[in-house]
Amino acid sequence: MIASTDHPQKTEREFEPLLAVAARIRGRIIQLSHQARTPHLGSSLSFVELLVYLYWNFLEISPSQVKSPDRDRFILSKGHGITTLYAVLAERGFFSPELFEGYAQEGSPLPEHPSPHCVPGIEAATGSLGHGLSISTGIALASKMNGIPFSVVSLLSDGECNEGSTWEAALLAPVHKLNNLIAIVDFNKWQATGRSTEVTALEPLEEKFEAFGWNSLRIDGHDFRQIKSALETAKDSDKPFAIIADTIKGKGIKTMEDDNNWHYRIPTKEEVDSAFAELGIESL
Amino acid sequence: MRNAFADEITQIAKDDPSVVLLSGDIGNRLFDNYKESNPERFVNCGVAEANMVTMGSGLAMTGMKPVVYTIASFLIYRAFEQIRVDVSYHDAAVLLVGVGGGLSYASNGSTHHSLEDIALMRSLPNMQVICAGDPLEVRAATKAFFKNPKPTYLRIGKKGEAPVHGKALDEFEVGKSICLKRGESVALLATGNILPNCSSVSDELEERGISSSLYSFHSVKPLDEKCLEQIFIEHEYVVTVEEHSRKGGFGSAVAEWFSSQAKTKARLFTIGTPDQFLLYTGNQESARKVCRLDKAGLLEQITHFIGPA
Repeated sequence: MIASTDHPQKTEREFEPLLAVAARIRGRIIQLSHQARTPHLGSSLSFVELLVYLYWNFLEISPSQVKSPDRDRFILSKGHGITTLYAVLAERGFFSPELFEGYAQEGSPLPEHPSPHCVPGIEAATGSLGHGLSISTGIALASKMNGIPFSVVSLLSDGECNEGSTWEAALLAPVHKLNNLIAIVDFNKWQATGRSTEVTALEPLEEKFEAFGWNSLRIDGHDFRQIKSALETAKDSDKPFAIIADTIKGKGIKTMEDDNNWHYRIPTKEEVDSAFAELGIESL
Repeated sequence: MRNAFADEITQIAKDDPSVVLLSGDIGNRLFDNYKESNPERFVNCGVAEANMVTMGSGLAMTGMKPVVYTIASFLIYRAFEQIRVDVSYHDAAVLLVGVGGGLSYASNGSTHHSLEDIALMRSLPNMQVICAGDPLEVRAATKAFFKNPKPTYLRIGKKGEAPVHGKALDEFEVGKSICLKRGESVALLATGNILPNCSSVSDELEERGISSSLYSFHSVKPLDEKCLEQIFIEHEYVVTVEEHSRKGGFGSAVAEWFSSQAKTKARLFTIGTPDQFLLYTGNQESARKVCRLDKAGLLEQITHFIGPA
């Protein structure tokens, strides 16, 4: 299925506040990479809209309910994109942005890959790929077994679809009718050292999930309207649901977009300044 | 041992709705009673150990008490990274049950032997490693997990093992060894399914005029160091025995502890399987012979170590 694209003007107005949030999140991600000299900047920039929409408009999670048994769960399977989740959680009040000063530095509660419960809102320590969908499947199964309804959303990288364990989980989830499970693939077309569609035979990705017994939808992962529509469809699905989000690695900064050097490159001070100007933000 | 486990988990799950049993497509008929009383809490995860272990962790994150059951070699070797990251690192209270520990599946070949699993598992932080010596230890260790759920590897044999202990182990504690026999010269410290052989070796030593103690060290981790201190004071020779490689297993755990002791007088000898794959075809008993873990082989190794009486 391909998402519909009606009413573009209405969209712009409806999502204006989220566009501003997304710009700030991108600024934060770029700043963190620069200050701590940590890689994976391109990977973090490609799923900003997805995460912003999830945390502002979809997931039933708030700082006051981080332990509630019926909270929705978000598992960032692509743990190397953690700065995006950190930025979103801080913006939503899960922890103080002051913690960013020490990000990835000695003694900080914000490691380069999250450790278990390092800050409120982190459900699982990820960073080793191919774990998130299985964790999410276990959590979604518990929801069904206990009759406590909530959604479990797992965000995967396309590279991580190389991992066999991802497909082990994908095979099992439909058998248990886990229609509370949503997998989003941040399909930015790059993995660490090559085009993800050339390293393995990923395409047609949405058809693969459908062949495994999932419902799926392919969308533009930077378009809030399509994200909204896909998540609403997913919520009413009778099966686990895969959203294949076509995205651009390094999205938002023209010089970084679709340039895989930014998997590892660290931005200079000048590049941070120019990125902030391009994003239309002055400070964080 | 597997029947003891199946029965025990069935009983426990009757009273505790948070128990979930995940199986890696093994145990045909074994869990029929469990499935009958608890159909919603049984998941055949298929032949997909990595996903099964991580799902177990996901279940534990919601407060469920997952038990992951499959053949030890596949559970530990195939899914080791999942065990390390999702169970151990997250300190997720998952009970990992490896059936067919050691040479239980000898006739299936080295793909099915688990002779390095203790070494791997005891190296993981947060992880308890329990090797059951008989069906009663299986029952007691299973119960112990639910009393105090922590990441745990329970290594069991297969079927038909006779009980070594005379009665149910109501006093069983993780990290506390069980003294089966008190003697003077030699202390035999067994872990796991080699315990019955050690018991008959101890009797034979007695007949040869060598007094021996026999301990079941079901818990390789945490190790009963307090008991070890006493054992090394009270005996001249301490011999560890396990159906596992001499490298990295129970004997190594005792040797590590021993290396930090300044005043122990006893000498330590560790017995296990050799550092090689068994390319030999045969059942568990004959594989034990090859590895000198049968009664005669053990006696030979032990008497050689302690020298002429």
